[in-house]
Amino acid sequence: MKKRFAPLLILTAAAFAYAPLAIQRAPYESTMGLVQKIFYFHVPSWMAMFLAATVCGIASAIFLFAGRKSYDRIAVAGAELSVVFGLIGLITGPLWGRKAWGVWWQWDARLTSALVMWLIFVAYLLLRKYGGSGSEKLSAVLALFGMANVPFVYLSVNIWRTVHPKTSVVMTLEPDMGRPFLVCALAFVSLCALMLLTRVQLENRRAELDELFLALED
Amino acid sequence: MASESVVASGDRAMRSAPAARSSFLATAWLITRKDLVIEFRSREVVYTTLFFAVSCVLVFAFSFVKEGVAAQDAAAGILWIAIAFSGTLALGRAFERERQNDTLRALMLTPVDRPAVYIGKLAGVLALLAVVEAIVTPLVALMFGAPVLDHALLLAALLAAGTIGFAAVGTLFAAMLIRARSRDVLLPILLYPITIPVIIAGVRGTGVLFQADVDLPMARLWLSILVFFDLVFVTLALWTFEPAMKE
Repeated sequence: MKKRFAPLLILTAAAFAYAPLAIQRAPYESTMGLVQKIFYFHVPSWMAMFLAATVCGIASAIFLFAGRKSYDRIAVAGAELSVVFGLIGLITGPLWGRKAWGVWWQWDARLTSALVMWLIFVAYLLLRKYGGSGSEKLSAVLALFGMANVPFVYLSVNIWRTVHPKTSVVMTLEPDMGRPFLVCALAFVSLCALMLLTRVQLENRRAELDELFLALED
Repeated sequence: MASESVVASGDRAMRSAPAARSSFLATAWLITRKDLVIEFRSREVVYTTLFFAVSCVLVFAFSFVKEGVAAQDAAAGILWIAIAFSGTLALGRAFERERQNDTLRALMLTPVDRPAVYIGKLAGVLALLAVVEAIVTPLVALMFGAPVLDHALLLAALLAAGTIGFAAVGTLFAAMLIRARSRDVLLPILLYPITIPVIIAGVRGTGVLFQADVDLPMARLWLSILVFFDLVFVTLALWTFEPAMKE
């Protein structure tokens, strides 16, 4: 754990230090100008969110079916980070949308599914906080249902209409825009991994402390 | 009290039925029948839920009716809001009953398949909601001029599929929340984000049926989405009920 922490910290710090420079040097997008640069933080924050959400879902499944307590602690860390990075995405998105679409919010497939997924993780945290003992199992089930839910929401609103730029935009970036984007993606994903490690470590310490306390009481 | 007799008769059913499948269905039916008998004697949940659903329709009617005319597409939305809200209420009450005398633990201690217990509870909740829908749907038709009889079969299929999806998730969560603190608040908080696809597909599908020129292929598309959703969520619930209810 400690071995992985230092290199990740250096990598994250370097990427975040270089990111503003890289974004500043990137060319202006022809139709949207300055506001397009939100993209360099918006997309990577969703990438980090999906990483954290996937970790939460897989860890929940292992906890539920194999009964390993340590995976429950990873799931909590994943859910918390999903909410944090999702919030960054949900704030940066409307800032761009106001300029590009003229409105803060559109009831569009991608926006709705992202909001619902974010709400599921907020519900997960509320359950953990206010559900009391025994809510670990239910929150694991919630995470599994949440994972299964996302394609449905996406599909059901997609029949409606979509105005959000497609994900293929990222693959077809100009090299001058692609390089700063890669730096930012690296910065966010490594920050997410770093916080995940730290958070799991904290949960493990708490569990150890609880066990010691119980041992002392006996 | 009722659960105790079910425990005994469930045991008998297990011993007498040789085939595993018939014992599964027999167990589920015993639990459903137990719930229905209790409900039939007190009629507590069905009366309160029904009254709540009708009040919901009224409250939403006031916000969507202007100068005596309802806003377009309001009927489908109001119908599904009433179903979702009263469904949450019914789920909460149905399991509060099991909590008071700790009878859910008795059910869990019976030597039967856990999924059978889940299916039994789900069928009980569905029967309750069917009664509510049978009264709320004509009411919405009457008050908002929605043409419910034009494609009655398709509308019934949409309502049934939507209710199954909603109740499948709701039964699992309500059963698990029995042990949690502040369960009354947590049930809607967990249930609504998860069941949003049901609400979207239900409202859109019903809305298509209530339009002046009905787009039947579109309504069937929403119905197939609902059925697909039901399959995934009932499977997922059956799969997770056993490990999740283990203490």
